[in-house]
This record gives sequence, structure tokens and C-alpha cells, in this order.
Amino acid sequence: MDLNSYLIISAILFSLGLFGVITRRNGVAVLMSIELILNAANINFIAFSRYSGMDFSGHIFSLFVIILAAAEAAVALAIILNIFNNFGSINIDDANKMSQ
Amino acid sequence: MTGINLIFWFIAILTIVSGSIVVLSNNLIYSAVSLLFTLLGIAGLYVFLWADFIAITQILIYVGGILVLIIFGIMLTHRITDVTLSQSSNQQILGGGIVLVIFLGLSYMILNTPWLENSAVEPQETIKQIGNLLMIDYLLPFEVASILLLAALIGAALLSRSSK
Amino acid sequence: MINYGIAILLLPLLSFIIMIFVGKKLPNRGDWLSIGSVAITFCLSLSLFIMMLFKYDPYFKVEKIFTWFNLGTLDLKIGILIDNITIIMLLVVSLVSTLVHIYSTSYMKEDSRYSRYFAFLSLFTFSMNGIILSNNLLGIYIFWELVGLSSYLLIGFWFEKESAANASKKAFLVNRVGDIGMFIGIMLFFSSIGSFLFKDLYLGVSQGMFSVDTLTIAGLCLFAGAVGKSAQFPLHIWLPDAMEGPTPVSALIHAATMVAAGVYLAFRLFPIFTPQALTIIAYVGAITAVFAAIIAITQNDIKKVLAYSTVSQLGYMILAVGVGAYTYGFFHLVTHAAFKAGLFLCSGSVIHAMHHAYHKLDDHKSDAQDMRNMGGLKDKMPVTFYSMLFCTIALSGIPFTSGFLSKDAVLAGTLAFSSQYPNHFLLSLFGFSAALFTAFYMFRLIFLTFYGKPNSKKVFDNIHESPIQMTTPLIILSSLSFFLFFTFPNFNPLSYDGWFMTLVKSKDSLVPGYLNPTAYQIKEEIGQAHNLALFLSLSVAALGIGFAFLIYYSKLISPDSIYRRLKVLHNLSFNKFFIDEILKKYLIDPFLKISKYIAIFDWDVYDKYFINGFGRITENFSKTVGNLWDYKFLDQKIIDGFGRITKFSGSKLRLIQSGKIQNYLILVLVGIIILYVFQAI
Repeated sequence: MDLNSYLIISAILFSLGLFGVITRRNGVAVLMSIELILNAANINFIAFSRYSGMDFSGHIFSLFVIILAAAEAAVALAIILNIFNNFGSINIDDANKMSQ
Repeated sequence: MTGINLIFWFIAILTIVSGSIVVLSNNLIYSAVSLLFTLLGIAGLYVFLWADFIAITQILIYVGGILVLIIFGIMLTHRITDVTLSQSSNQQILGGGIVLVIFLGLSYMILNTPWLENSAVEPQETIKQIGNLLMIDYLLPFEVASILLLAALIGAALLSRSSK
Repeated sequence: MINYGIAILLLPLLSFIIMIFVGKKLPNRGDWLSIGSVAITFCLSLSLFIMMLFKYDPYFKVEKIFTWFNLGTLDLKIGILIDNITIIMLLVVSLVSTLVHIYSTSYMKEDSRYSRYFAFLSLFTFSMNGIILSNNLLGIYIFWELVGLSSYLLIGFWFEKESAANASKKAFLVNRVGDIGMFIGIMLFFSSIGSFLFKDLYLGVSQGMFSVDTLTIAGLCLFAGAVGKSAQFPLHIWLPDAMEGPTPVSALIHAATMVAAGVYLAFRLFPIFTPQALTIIAYVGAITAVFAAIIAITQNDIKKVLAYSTVSQLGYMILAVGVGAYTYGFFHLVTHAAFKAGLFLCSGSVIHAMHHAYHKLDDHKSDAQDMRNMGGLKDKMPVTFYSMLFCTIALSGIPFTSGFLSKDAVLAGTLAFSSQYPNHFLLSLFGFSAALFTAFYMFRLIFLTFYGKPNSKKVFDNIHESPIQMTTPLIILSSLSFFLFFTFPNFNPLSYDGWFMTLVKSKDSLVPGYLNPTAYQIKEEIGQAHNLALFLSLSVAALGIGFAFLIYYSKLISPDSIYRRLKVLHNLSFNKFFIDEILKKYLIDPFLKISKYIAIFDWDVYDKYFINGFGRITENFSKTVGNLWDYKFLDQKIIDGFGRITKFSGSKLRLIQSGKIQNYLILVLVGIIILYVFQAI
């Protein structure tokens, strides 16, 4: 229950999120993986804040990350809805009009 | 101490296992539900880190807001009669290998870095401290964040409007 | 106090900015905005004026100095100066400006660029106030150019007419000649003193920082600016042409205020002029006065007569500066501003009426400004007639008017100077003969315009008195020519003592070595010459009026017989002494000819052999180099080689561009791993 264990947990979550972003074809699943990555970063912030003599700046940072995540989720889901309406699918591979 | 340790490791394993299900499950609904457990577990970790306010915020916004939004997204983009809501993945082996290398690199870095640790006493009230910081030192970012949220609100509404 | 000054300066500017951008869209095309801002300026000036009368202190002075910018050791200061002269000038400018604004609402009513006209008037008022309020040469120079600009814009206001466009260009260029001299003068002073402030300038001169010769040259350079702006000989040629602008503009800019700026500058600089410089100034003024008066006698265009009369009167003021009686010159400036603006506005009223009459008869050929087409307008336009008559009496110098007092004072100063230095007797001669001609040509104008038989019955029947917006300013301006306004609380119509002469005190010359007489000496001598001057000026005025009466009213002497007898003189005067032609023949044409020869040299010699020669050499060299080195080696081996390499690698690398974002992400991660490995090694 020291700093390293938190960092390792955060690293595991980060890698899982990264794996999801790379491999999932479904847009919503990619979004969920991104949330995992953001949470991993948040754990790091809070952990460093706790182990550097309770510096609250880390808390503020994680608050802003949460705010950003909320905004990002709203916009990303709106984009996914648009993709669904235009392509009939939310597989991000299918949205490749630009490369054709 | 051992009791608390036990609870900590339980939460950690819960977080990691449900996180893996989020990424690996073939059913989108399963993924979403296990994301719920992951987020709750992370909130638990925050409690262990004396960040009670952040933990509550995590549950309120992530679980109450973002997760609900994601489930809505799933339901709006799939016919609910699709029983499996299945999804496929690609390049799993290549991606898995690369991510494993990155994870190993990160772990090596974490375990070999002599982190500077300052001891601290458990604070009585974190909300007051955070409030002071937000209103004094971080007032400008705070306001900018509110503008960002407004912009996201308008942008989301604009994007998801049915096109005429 | 200073706040008043800043408000007076900035209000017209504000009005200009609003009017130029959104003037057209405002209700009533925005004229109320300009009039309002100028009227507030007038009220502020009036309150300053009343305060000055209550203080009654000849040495009253408020100054505020700001640092404009700072360049290392150079600390450039500008500021605002308010003293009695400033206050009187502000009152004159804002009063005439307000009246002209009101007058213009009727005169310019049918113009399509109505709001732009008012915007330009506001710009002019702003710049003129700037000249008056500045306490430094640089500020005066800046606003000097700004009044030049607004004058240019207003003279060329009807730029569709080619003559108006040419006149505005001429005014601008001729003024530039004087302004270059002024700039050199400013810089001569600045390079030794390091400051533009009048205060530092006076201090530097009185401490003997300049030799007398430098001071003479620098003073004359500065005076060149005044020559240009106040239309003194030989740079007077722009002012008569400037009459192409709208008549209210002529009244405001080219009679009352802007042309007086040069005289104002000469007043401010009087203490630093050396005796040599002052003598030259006096001769310039005297020659201008008599010379313009002679030209005015034979002109037929009503505005041209007034224009030359303005030039002549400005000559008087400059003459007063030259002989040391500069406070009297300033007095003449103020009285002249009122009645000359009045005269111009009256002539505008006549032209307006004539124009409308021609318009009604569908006659677009006849000249509405030609006095020979007028006549007998006295009963048709009574208000215009009586106002103009009173202003004319003032200009001719007949007692009970302000013009009599100021002109008499200037002539007394000249007479005193000539009696002290008898070899300069020409100055007095010129001064008094100019007074004679002035009385003559002004009454000629009155008789030709308002008396006698109308030239055409049809036109005459269509003449009407102008509307009230135009007649009110006439009445106000002409009544201001009454002597009591300037001599209060002294009721003697033959003496100029009064508040004006008490509050405007002349300063002693600051030129070291007591080369100039002191202000007290000058005043004493003028006091002695006063009675003789009074008698002489009255008799020459009576003589001039008498001649005009005999020739143009009772027709006892036929003008034609005089023309025949004095044909040479008449031709000289009628053609304005051929100054424009002389300048064209000896200055402009040779210049153009030289330019032409230079152009020939440029084209046929320089371009053909030198430039083209270079061209040919370069061409041949390039051909050789291009063939051997560039094409055979560079192009075929290196450039084409690059192309081939790029093509080859591109065809291979394009396989990576799958268009799938996750593939790119993997590549990014591989890149990170590579960086990590490099870092670890």
C-alpha cells in the first residue's frame, strides 16, 4: 500500500486502456477505453499528491481531468451518433471516406 | 492493518479485473457494466489516498454522468433486439505485444525510480482546501473550464441534431 | 481649466470620428451631432472667456506639460497652454465655426455628401483648436498639417469639378513649400535646445544659445510656414483658387481661422525674431497688402474679390508683426475674423440666391458668382444687404466699427516705425495705399451687387432672401463688428483702449543684445503716431469710397475711360500680376523640361547601354552556365535523382497509409518504444 502499488495499478489500467483503443473496432468501446486511460492518469495525480505531503494541486488537476472527460464524452458520443447516422455503423474502420 | 490491506488489494484486483473485462469482452453491455465496477474501484482507491472529495466527484460524474451517457450511446446506436450486441476486435496480437512492451517499460521505470516521498498527516477537511485553491490560485482555469463545458454543451447539441 | 482645454480639443475629434463612419445613418444625416459638439466647444470657450474677463489679468497663464515619449536621454514633452491669446483665439474659432455650421445646414442642404461635409468641418475645428492650444512647435506643426489636410479636403469637396480638384491640389502643394521651411526652422531650434516647448525656446534664445545670424535664418524658416498658410506673397496663389470650395468653408477656413494660423504663429514667435528677420517680415506683409488690394480692384468674381481682400488684410497683420506692433496685428486678426467671415457668408447668401434663380430658369451656363450678373439686389435681400454693408464699412475702416480701430492701430504702428527709420518709408506708403484700395474695391463690390439696374429682369424676379439659418449668422457676425465689443469699458469710438488691449500685452523681444526696441518703447512711439495715422487713414478711406461712389454709383466717371487710360495697369491687376504665369514659365516649365531631359538620359542612355548591357551580359552568362552545369549535371543527375528516390520510397511507403486510425496509433506507439529504447541506451 505504498506509492509503487498505486503506480503499478495505474500502469495496468493505462495499458488496458491503450490496448482497447488499439484493438476495439466499436466507437463506444474505444471511448470507454479512453476513459480508462484518463482514470489511470487521475490515480497518478492523486497518488503523487498524497505522497508528496498532501499537496492539493494534484486534486485540482484531477478535478479538471474529470471535467474534460465529461466534455469529451458528450462531444465524442455526439460524433459517434453522427457517424452512425451517416454510415449505419459505429465501427470506426467504416468511417473511411477520406481515404477512398 | 492487515484488514485494511486486504480491503485495498480486494479493490485493486476488482478494478483491474473489471478493467480487463471492459477491454476484452465481446458484449458491449458487459463492457459498460464492468466499466461501472472499474470506476467504483478507482473511487475506492481515492478514498485510500485521503481524497474523499475526488472520490465522491468520481462517483457522481463518472458513474452518474459519463457512464449513463455511454450506455445511452450504446442503446441509440444499436437495435435493442440485437441480443448479443457483439463487437469484434482486430490486430489483437500485434497490439497486445506493443502494449505489453509499453507496460513493461512503465513498470521498470516505476520500480527503479527513487520517488521522493514526504510524509503527511491525514487532513481533516479536503473540501475547504480544494475550494480555496479553486477560487484563488486556479480561478482562471476554473473559469476557462466553465467556458469549455458550455462550448461542449453547444457543440454536442449541434452535432447530434438530426440533419435536415 | 486644462480640462476645459482638453474637452475643447477632443469634442470635435469625437464628432469627426462618429460622423465619418456612421454620419449617413444618423437621423437628419448627423448635422445635429457636429453642431452640438461645436456649440459645446463654443460654450466652453465662452466660459473661459468670461472667466478671463473676471480675472482681468494680462499675465494670466496655465500650462500643462505631458511627456509624450522617452528615448533614452531625449524626453519629448508636449502640452497645453492657455493664456489670454489662446482664449480669445478659441472664442473666435468656435464662434465662427458654430455660425458656419448653422449656416451650412441650409447652404449645403441639397448636397449628397452632406454628412461628410460636416465631418470635415469637425476635423478642421479639432485641428485648429489643436494649433491654438499647443504649447510647443511640434504640436503646432502636427495640427498645422492637419488643418492643411482638412483645407485640402474641403476645397476639393466638389471634386467632380476639375477646377476644384486642381485648386485643392494647388493649395496643398503650395502650403507644403512653406511647411518645409517651417520644419527646417523647428529642427534648427530643436537640434540646439532639445525641446519643442515655447518656454524652453524663449529661455534658450534669451540665454544667447544662438548667434544672431542663426536666429535670423531659423526665424525666417519658421516664418516661411506662416507665409504659406497665411497666403503671403509669393505663396499667396493658392488662396484665391481655394474659393472653389463651398462658400461657408471659405468663410471659416480661408477668411477667419486657418489663414490666421500663420499670423498666430508669428505672434507666438515674435520675441525670438531678430531685427533683420522682422524687417523682411514687414516688407513681405506690406507688399502682400498693397499687391493683393490692387488685384482685388479689377476682379469680377465676388468671392475672388473677397479672397484677395483676405490676402491683403493678412498682409496687414504680418506687417504689424514686422514693425513690432504685433498685439495690434492680433487685434486686427480678431476683428477681421468677424467681419470677413460675415462678408463671405453674405456673399454665399447672394450666390445661393443667384444660383437658385438660375436653377429655376434652367440656366446652367451663367456664372452665379459674377458681379456683373448681379445688381439691384438691395431690396430683394435686405438682411444680406445691411449685414454686408456693415461688414464692408468695418473693413474699409470707418469709425464706430471694430475694423477702424484695428486697422488704425496697425497703420499707426507702421507710421511709427517709418518715422523712426525713415529709410523704411515704403512700409507706410504701402500700408496707406492698401487702405485706399480696400475702401475702393469693397464699395465697388457693394455698388455692383446691390445697387444699380439688374442685369437680367428674369433672374432678378426670382431672387429671394435666404432662409433664417443663413441670415442669423450674418446678423450676429456683422453686429460683432461694432466697436464697443472690443473697447468695452471705454466708450470713445476713436480709441482702441479697452479690455482687449489691456489683456493682450506685448512681450519684450528676447533676442540678446537689446537689438529690438522694448515693448514699452514701441507702445510710446505708436501713441505719438496715433493722431496722424487716424487722420491719414480716415482720409484715404474717404477717398476710396468717394472714387467708388463716383464711378459705380453716380456713374459720373465711366469705368471704361479709366480702363483705357490705364490699360497696362488694368491688365496687370486683372491678370493678378501674372504671378501664376511667371511661376509656370520660370519654375514649373523649366522643371518639367529638366525632368524631360533627365528622362531622355534615363531611357536612351542609362537604360539602353548600362541596364540593357548588364542584361545582355547576364543573359549570355546564364545561357552558358544553364546549358553545361545546370541542365546536364544538376538537373539530370541530382534533381532527377531526388525525384526518382522520392518516387520509389513513396510507392513503398504508401502501403503504410491504410487510412485506419488504429494502424497509425500502433505506429505512434512503436515510435514511443523506439524513443524509450534510445533513452535507455
